[in-house]
Amino acid sequence: MQDPSTGPLATQATSSFTEHLQRSRPELLPYNQSLPAGMVPASPHATTIVALTYAGGVLMAGDRRATMGNIIASRHIEKVFPADEYSVLGIAGTAGLAIDITRLFQVELEHYEKIEGTLLSLVGKANRLGAMIRGNLPMAMQGMAVIPLFAGFDLGSGVGRLFSYDVTGGRYEEQEHHSVGSGSVFARGALKKLWKPNLSEENAVAVAVEALYDAADDDSATGGPDPVRQLWPVVYTVDRSGNRRVPERDLAAIAGTIVESRAAAGREA
Amino acid sequence: MTQQFYVSPEQLMKDRADFARKGIARGRSVVVISCADGIALIAENPSPSLHKIGEIYDKIAFAAVGKYNEFESLRQAGVRYADVRGYSYDREDVTARGLASVYAQSLGAVFTAEQKPFEVELAVAEVGVTQEQDHLYRLTFDGSIADENGFVVMGGLADQISDVVSGAWESELTLAGAMQLALRALATNKDVDELPATAVEAAVLYRASESNRGSRRAFRRLLPEDMTRLLTEES
Repeated sequence: MQDPSTGPLATQATSSFTEHLQRSRPELLPYNQSLPAGMVPASPHATTIVALTYAGGVLMAGDRRATMGNIIASRHIEKVFPADEYSVLGIAGTAGLAIDITRLFQVELEHYEKIEGTLLSLVGKANRLGAMIRGNLPMAMQGMAVIPLFAGFDLGSGVGRLFSYDVTGGRYEEQEHHSVGSGSVFARGALKKLWKPNLSEENAVAVAVEALYDAADDDSATGGPDPVRQLWPVVYTVDRSGNRRVPERDLAAIAGTIVESRAAAGREA
Repeated sequence: MTQQFYVSPEQLMKDRADFARKGIARGRSVVVISCADGIALIAENPSPSLHKIGEIYDKIAFAAVGKYNEFESLRQAGVRYADVRGYSYDREDVTARGLASVYAQSLGAVFTAEQKPFEVELAVAEVGVTQEQDHLYRLTFDGSIADENGFVVMGGLADQISDVVSGAWESELTLAGAMQLALRALATNKDVDELPATAVEAAVLYRASESNRGSRRAFRRLLPEDMTRLLTEES
């Protein structure tokens, strides 16, 4: 701990955990290192995330697969996390860095809340995440990109909002729905057909799971529902009362219905 | 040239301690009580925004009396310490004992080395899974640290308030019971039997917040209306 009596207070006063680490413990930042020239060995990559708005909120879902080249690195990985009470984020890209950036982002939001005694605005949170992704740009140029998707409930305007990012930290607000990761093109195609305005929360969860099912159908790096190991996508909803993880039991039922209806249709796709 | 007078170290330390004690004795009091439902923190504080009680980490809270600018800088330093530690190790590696000993070192260093000691007294509370695992530490301006059992009282009328609390405290107290006891104790030397909920700042560290409240963060600030509801529901 810094001795609070030394130095002018102004130089210490920051509500940002990242800034504090940058000054006092830069080695702890996930992206703050210069890599020597050369190839980075193969490392696990996280894949598809979908997010969509529904009446009164927004939800995010991610499949459970991480891949390393042609190998399945993990069947159990979770890629959607609560960022704070009113927001969630999902990550695609280099899993090791992405998980640490997520942890940093979670601490950043909680730290601000504790120091300032109030929540950061939703756009404020989205901008902080953008700054972190920009901080990771040197690593991205070495092939270790991290691309998040951010969703939250805007308490001011009372709606769920979605933000996507590019590798340079650019932040873009998305309407209706969005998807990132290797299977995102297929998930996006499915979302375009399945999403409707004013979906109920229950239907929105089913749409998200079906979009991931379609992504897994065509993208080898995205995992589908796994009834053998009882693995289902991770789904978080966010509304006025905060974020909530959809229970495994509900997801198993939804995934079961999708597989059944596809089998009954008996068509190629 | 002015003459430097010799002052014995004993006298120097005594003067500093007296100075700090006077500053603290002017302040309003804070009561921290461990009860069956968790740990209740209640401060006599008419301001709804300048807090004397704060969240440090998942299971750890902070309460202080004395000079606002001094304990506020200590609170922020505590939040930074806890967040850095939790980020670099793991969330469960942040303990009240670790935090209290860092506070003790900071306060001790300021007491001996700086122009003036901090005019503050701190309590660091950590709620455990069971009441036996609760930790309450009390830190004084000179860096001394005490591990308290059951409750901590700090501030101007600490001794008198402490007598009231120790007379009625028992480990089976409910949250509402602990709040009531604190409101009664804080009214010592006042014309009323019990302080109104609007005159205090209150917060609670809920026990088993993961299963009961669905959050790993046990700290919750209670607004005056929450207090009133809690107290009327009980009686």
